[in-house]
Amino acid sequence: MAAESGKIDPMHQFLIEPLFGQDWAIAGHNIAFTNSALWMVITLAALWLFMLGGMKRELVPGRWQVMVEGFTGFITSMMHANIGPEGKKFTPYVFSLFMFILIANILGMMPVGIVGVHPFTVTSHLTVTGVLAIISFSIVLIVGFWRHGFHFFSLFVPHGTPGYMVPLIFMIELFSFMIRPFSLGLRLFVAMTAGHILMKVLAGFVINGLNAGALTVAIVSIPSFILMIGITLLELLVCAIQAYVFALLTSLYLNDAIHLH
Amino acid sequence: MPQIAQIAATYASQIFWLLIIFGLIYVGIGKGMLPKIEATVEARDQKIASDLAAAEAARAKADETEAAYRASIEEARNASLKAKAEAKAAATLEAEKKVRAVDAELAAKMAVAEAALKGAQARALGEIESVAAEAAQEIVTKVSGLTVDKAAADRAVKSALAA
Repeated sequence: MAAESGKIDPMHQFLIEPLFGQDWAIAGHNIAFTNSALWMVITLAALWLFMLGGMKRELVPGRWQVMVEGFTGFITSMMHANIGPEGKKFTPYVFSLFMFILIANILGMMPVGIVGVHPFTVTSHLTVTGVLAIISFSIVLIVGFWRHGFHFFSLFVPHGTPGYMVPLIFMIELFSFMIRPFSLGLRLFVAMTAGHILMKVLAGFVINGLNAGALTVAIVSIPSFILMIGITLLELLVCAIQAYVFALLTSLYLNDAIHLH
Repeated sequence: MPQIAQIAATYASQIFWLLIIFGLIYVGIGKGMLPKIEATVEARDQKIASDLAAAEAARAKADETEAAYRASIEEARNASLKAKAEAKAAATLEAEKKVRAVDAELAAKMAVAEAALKGAQARALGEIESVAAEAAQEIVTKVSGLTVDKAAADRAVKSALAA
């Protein structure tokens, strides 16, 4: 928080700062290890630790194993429900996607700021969500053309379309298809960004109200704080919902690519 | 908004690290751990299913055993009933036979006894006749002093008894 000016900048939390390796580069592009990269590594470590608890592979599972199996079973059954038996091939990808987004979202909500660490939400960056969306979309395209060749274009002409409507419907369907990676990436980015800005703004109200005197504490800080508790719970829900939506939409798009209509 | 303002400066670094981290997650967790966990779940489901099937089979076998037991009990009961009926019939037959034999014996004895009785009666009658004839001879002798020979007396007694 940029407290120098006496104001709290709700955007500061999204700032990317290189931690080390500022001069690392690949083909002229800087690939410094930033706070974003650090939180990705933390996400990986947290996910790996979580999954390790499920690797005891006991016949009668313990609590942790049940939890891990709950997550894997959730994605596996979602893939089975949306795609069918062919969906099994894509379960590792969708599971990785879901868990990465979920844990990155939740880690961004952790109150580590109390101990002086700057929390950073990896998924609040358009670059990250965009890349994930493009990977999903590319898989859909590759699978679609691999399995159906040019017949894949029949996806854009629903059954029973009258002949004279085909060009128009084709354009509309193509447009709605091409917009998918943008909506997929933007949805997560916007949801995370908006939630975090809202929380920072409310936190700013609380802190500035505390500095301004007893009356502002009563009419600004306390209501803001109560609202913040609710918003925090809501944001935790959004973290899970956005990860689920991303995984669900990926599975639905994959279903389109595999089964056409 | 730093996400947009910084995008030109940081996209390469973000993409690079994202690809590395996400690649590690996909290979290590998605491809490495997930199938094993799924296999564990599947093995458990199969174990439960096979245990249930085994229990069902055991139940069916128990039912079968019980049915066989009931059948054998029924059979034994029928056999015993039959044996009882046979024994009863045989016993009745035997008893009848014995009764008949005893009847025949008794009839024979009775015939012998009757014959003896008849003989005795005849003998008694004969004696009565001779006694009566002697008495008649004596009575005639005493009353009239006449002597009646034995044959005449016999004839007179016989005709008097027959009358």
